[in-house]
Amino acid sequence: MSEIIKPENIVYEKTKVMTDKVMHYCPGCGHGTAHKMVAEAIEDLGIQNETIGVTPVGCSVLAYYYFAVDMQEAAHGRATAVATGIKRVMPEKYVFTYQGDGDLAAIGTAETIHACNRGENILIVFINNGIYGMTGGQMAPTTLEGMKSSTSPYGRDLKTMGNPLKISELVAQLEGTYYVTRHSVHTPANARKAKRALKKALEYQKLNKGTCLVEIVSNCPSNWKMTPVESNKWMEEHMFPFYPLGDIKVPQQ
Amino acid sequence: MKELRLMKGNEALAEASIRAGADAYFGYPITPQSEVIEYLMHVQPEKTTGMVVLQAESEIGAINMIYGAAGCGKKVLTTSSGPGISLMQEALSYIAGAELPCVVANIQRGGPGLGTIQPSQGDYFQSVKGGGHGDYKLITLAPASVQETVDYVKLGFELAFQYRNPVMILTDGIIGQMMEKVELFEQQPRITEQFDWATKGKVPGKDHVIVTSLMLQSEEQEKINLRLQAKYREVENNEVRYQEHYCDEDIDYLLVAFGSCARITQKSMEMAREKGIKIGLIRPQTLYPFPVAIIEKLAAKVKGILTVEMNTGQMIEDVKLAANGQTKVEFYGRCGGMIPSPDEILNAIETKLIGG
Ligand SMILES: Cc1ncc(C[n+]2csc(CCOP(=O)(O)OP(=O)(O)O)c2C)c(N)n1
Ligand code: SF4
Repeated sequence: MSEIIKPENIVYEKTKVMTDKVMHYCPGCGHGTAHKMVAEAIEDLGIQNETIGVTPVGCSVLAYYYFAVDMQEAAHGRATAVATGIKRVMPEKYVFTYQGDGDLAAIGTAETIHACNRGENILIVFINNGIYGMTGGQMAPTTLEGMKSSTSPYGRDLKTMGNPLKISELVAQLEGTYYVTRHSVHTPANARKAKRALKKALEYQKLNKGTCLVEIVSNCPSNWKMTPVESNKWMEEHMFPFYPLGDIKVPQQ
Repeated sequence: MKELRLMKGNEALAEASIRAGADAYFGYPITPQSEVIEYLMHVQPEKTTGMVVLQAESEIGAINMIYGAAGCGKKVLTTSSGPGISLMQEALSYIAGAELPCVVANIQRGGPGLGTIQPSQGDYFQSVKGGGHGDYKLITLAPASVQETVDYVKLGFELAFQYRNPVMILTDGIIGQMMEKVELFEQQPRITEQFDWATKGKVPGKDHVIVTSLMLQSEEQEKINLRLQAKYREVENNEVRYQEHYCDEDIDYLLVAFGSCARITQKSMEMAREKGIKIGLIRPQTLYPFPVAIIEKLAAKVKGILTVEMNTGQMIEDVKLAANGQTKVEFYGRCGGMIPSPDEILNAIETKLIGG
């Protein structure tokens, strides 16, 4: 046994960009994997000590405990404004926000659109789980038509509640965005793809060419009221058709 | 190099921020303070001192940019008026909770609502009693001239960093818009210090830095609140500033007024003294911390106090608390953008204070 446990035999190690703090997320929640992909991307690029992250208000509010980089916690919806403040006074740092759909696409829509429109050289990691997780499963701007939540108990009615918002497609139209792409982390293959996108987006930051947004379509087993396995299946069947995975805007060559 | 200039209050404030070595200004236009950002955009300090100037999408955007940049240990400021300052309250509470330094200037206009663009002192309560949610305090400086506006930008940054607390410069449309002779202080260097509480990229071998105002455990949140309160007691003990006129003489009556209104009140005091009325004036320069001790002391010897404000009576509550029932406390004020004349105040001295 002990022969196997040698440094040269190690094929996988937890990234040093994550702390050992026990996560508070529900079992099967995508947030944990999404964190890991962001952290591994930072580690792969060797920029742990040059990165500053901003957490939102939402389930990932405490993400500052998990990322072993300097972190700030923003008011609900204001992460991209906070990141703007950071990046403008520390332009040599890598700055990213990590935000849910309520944070980024409801209360923070103005900050999101204007940060993207100014082309702030930041990375926005956008977790789209179609619901307000933290506050107990209320309707989000991204909640699908007919989807039940605690504030759309009979399903989202487009006539009275409006349409699900494709914010990534929206910001992709702005001159200020450089790279906009949509991924998921519910299978190892998808998670690896997401990580590649995150790495690219962070590398682009050095080019000062504009805002990069990586959307991760994710699950919320607790508030979707499903098991983790069911929630991933539901996500594939319902979320992906409306929020198709893949690049939305890629850098012009 | 020190320099004498004739300047508008708002432009002098902007120039003072460059000279104070500020790293960034984030703001949004609103009358009567838009000259601050206009001046900065015109002068382009980014090319000289490296100071960043950015027009945000809203006051909410601006103050949250302030949070982010202040969290990096940088010298940052914003300015606004009435409705804009109201929009900033959530973030100001976050900034106070996360104990970040910054300077905010409120060039007050009349409210409530969209109100008027004319000067007012109606945001006294908002500044000194909180404004946003939770138990916190803004160190509040009240300049009465263009010169003091300039000096308080420098002082404001010093206090903000000393106590790691937001500082509010509570001025108004009169001081913001009027031109006066002003002595500008020498250009200060921008700070290079790497504060251990600031996000600047993780220092190898050290824990990562977290800037937050969140603490979910009640026991810990109570401790944070008590620590903040201890800081505020220190501020109250060390940072009270006021100007007194004739208060060490044998006076029968006392006036209390701040900011531009105190300058008008000072004129009324001189007119009253010419008439043989023994009267003095206290002008608080810090509204929080409030000059409680001096007013308490004077309340014991005068027959009455008149508080004069450009609102419907806000600071009078603090004057009454300080006087603690030792003497009567009367009020005279104009509001909605109206400015009291020296005669009106003299009349109030004669009718409300002496005759009343
Ligand atoms: C100003 C303000 N309004 C409302 C809230 C309450 N609140 C906290 S989190 C949240 C929604 C979070 O949902 P989302 O951004 O989708 O993130 P998730 O929890 O799903 O990860 C709300 C409404 C708040 N903290 N602040
Ligand atoms: S409530 Fe939903 S989003 Fe939040 S941790 Fe639980 S599963 Fe994840």
